[in-house]
Amino acid sequence: MDLNPSDEQQLLVEAFGALYAKESSPERVRAAEPSGHDPDLWHRLRQNGVVEMAVDEASGGWGASLLDLALVAEQHGRYLGSAPLLEAQVAVRLLARVDTSEARSAVAAALAGDRLTTLALHPPRDGVLTLVPSGSVADTVVFVDDSGLWVTRTGGLGTAVANVGSLPVADLPVGEDALLLAAGPEVDGWFERARDEWLVLTANALAGLGARALEIGVEYVKERHAFGVPIGSFQAVAHGLADAATGVDGGGLLAREAAWAAAEDPDRFAELAALACAFNAEAARQASYRSLHYHGGYGFMLEYDIQLYFRRAKAWPAQFAEPAALYARAEGHRLSALYGGR
Amino acid sequence: MDFRLGERSEAFRQEARSFLDEALTDEVREEMERTGVHHSWPFHRSLVEHGWLAPGWPEELGGQGRDPLEMLAFMEEFHRAGAPTYAVGTTLMVAGIIRHLGTDEQKQLVIPPALRGEIIMVLGFTEPESGSDVAAAQTRAVRDGDTWIINGQKMFTTNAQEADYVFMLTRTNPDVGKHQGLTTFLVPLRQPGVEIQPVHTLSGERTNLTFYSDVRVDDSLRIGEVDGGWDVMQVGLTLERAGDHAGESIRLLAAMEEWAGSTVDHDLHRRADDPDVRTRLGRAAAENEVTTLFCRRSAWIHASGGMPGVEGSMSKLFASEALTRQSADFVDLLGPDGIRSYGEPTAPAGGMADYDYRFALGTTTYGGTSEVQRNIIAQRGLGLPRSR
Repeated sequence: MDLNPSDEQQLLVEAFGALYAKESSPERVRAAEPSGHDPDLWHRLRQNGVVEMAVDEASGGWGASLLDLALVAEQHGRYLGSAPLLEAQVAVRLLARVDTSEARSAVAAALAGDRLTTLALHPPRDGVLTLVPSGSVADTVVFVDDSGLWVTRTGGLGTAVANVGSLPVADLPVGEDALLLAAGPEVDGWFERARDEWLVLTANALAGLGARALEIGVEYVKERHAFGVPIGSFQAVAHGLADAATGVDGGGLLAREAAWAAAEDPDRFAELAALACAFNAEAARQASYRSLHYHGGYGFMLEYDIQLYFRRAKAWPAQFAEPAALYARAEGHRLSALYGGR
Repeated sequence: MDFRLGERSEAFRQEARSFLDEALTDEVREEMERTGVHHSWPFHRSLVEHGWLAPGWPEELGGQGRDPLEMLAFMEEFHRAGAPTYAVGTTLMVAGIIRHLGTDEQKQLVIPPALRGEIIMVLGFTEPESGSDVAAAQTRAVRDGDTWIINGQKMFTTNAQEADYVFMLTRTNPDVGKHQGLTTFLVPLRQPGVEIQPVHTLSGERTNLTFYSDVRVDDSLRIGEVDGGWDVMQVGLTLERAGDHAGESIRLLAAMEEWAGSTVDHDLHRRADDPDVRTRLGRAAAENEVTTLFCRRSAWIHASGGMPGVEGSMSKLFASEALTRQSADFVDLLGPDGIRSYGEPTAPAGGMADYDYRFALGTTTYGGTSEVQRNIIAQRGLGLPRSR
């Protein structure tokens, strides 16, 4: 048992923490709204190899572990990064699993920075991929339907969708040029693996978001006075924050465990990924809600930063599913392990 | 990072499982359920025979020198099996306090027989008029030469009817601040003036109200300084919040998953295939994973030479509140059949939802209420001002 990141991981966290502190301040996050995309931040992240690290060495990347990516995602969440980090990493990892020349060239294009490739979390409905993460800024989308794994260029065809989290999501019609990369029984497994990876990285991003939202609330209730005392001295306030802190803290442990399980406890990875995302969705929402509420009327004003966290806490995981559906997804894995495939 | 408890811990877990398969007999379980006493002398003695009453203690004191991670794996198995460990826990806690703070004479008197399983010790902190505010204890100890005369009452003196000593918090000086006038004693229970009255609880567990009328205790059984009882209590309260809190929830979820996989609804659909059932089981699974991680983190801090503080409070708070929420939800999930009692042969899921619906309400109180834990988290963890 060792809950400390390795020295290398600690350096990674510090480096990305510093990058985000500079390039994803609340002012920058606000400036990137409503599109939810900050090209300068994304440029800096690319310069620091966020796509390369997601791909194994055999495919031309640096071969970071999912846990390494999760530690970066936590910083991304903490600073509300307005960049397609998670989707770009998960999409290129999915492409790297496919052993065809088209897939290899798609990976190469993503690594070279010629293409910004994202992943549709759900199959198309009536020819449209809905709410594709970072779909309004990506130029290439990987998706799966009944016939296989596809890649399609967005070609400016998509419609950016205004949303509660100021996310660069888009509804994208599947273009005529869509290219079938792979078909066959292994596609479903690859797709589910990619979705699980997205859930894990989102869980870690939410853990970072929740932790920072809690800090903002704690700082506020120490400063703000009512009835002659700091409002943090009232149990009605302190206990709400204590519960939120417990949720965020436990969620952080669960999110890291799930990322660790990708390599170290593969039989439980899919279960833990869904549990971690569901739990952190609720914990981050609770922390940001309580912190916002304890700001009183100020929390309702756009001028205060806490609303930035409150909106994203709900929107990020919802791109995949509500927490109840994620708990059901995880329990499906548990029941399969208990009772087999029936 | 590594989230495993480690090979030694897992090997020890396997040994614990094999032991429980043999020692936790139907007779032991039936006796526990009939009497409500979560202590069994036959089980206690088989632990001693295995050298497992205090595996975490050093070998020279009768333990096995197991580290905190091994001990957590061991306790996880005991709790998941529902084994009677309450008296083991209180005995070792008192023995631990005496090991740290007692005189050589006290250590000699108590530790060898406790680790040989010959005596058990229980806790006497709570009183009818003081629970969370433990320092408000009013039970009086008055000095009379080399002895002290004790008068008062203690609540929730669980297992007092089986025990040899109660580790008691008393007031020795009513004229100073409430934290300053306290002294702790190891009071022999089998003597005139001690009256033990059974108290029956919501979970079916029997505890006691104990009365002390002119009970004499030799000064050699005083633990710590006169009026220094609060310092002694700090050691004890820290010990009480460590350990495994996940076992009961894991036992409950296992029963519910077994039910979901083996029960069909009116349309003959397996309950486990209903998304709502999956959501509710999955939510409990997430909570149980978090509780497990909290407990493992505390054990890891302990094994690394630290002392879990706020981490222990989070663990205890989260575990007990999660069990309270889950058990109520599972009674609902079982439908009207959910009200069938634990022990009733027709109860679904072995009656565990009903049992934990009642049992959980003890866990949110003992060892510091949820409100006390939240105060600790808010003040020591978040740095908020003292709350009111």
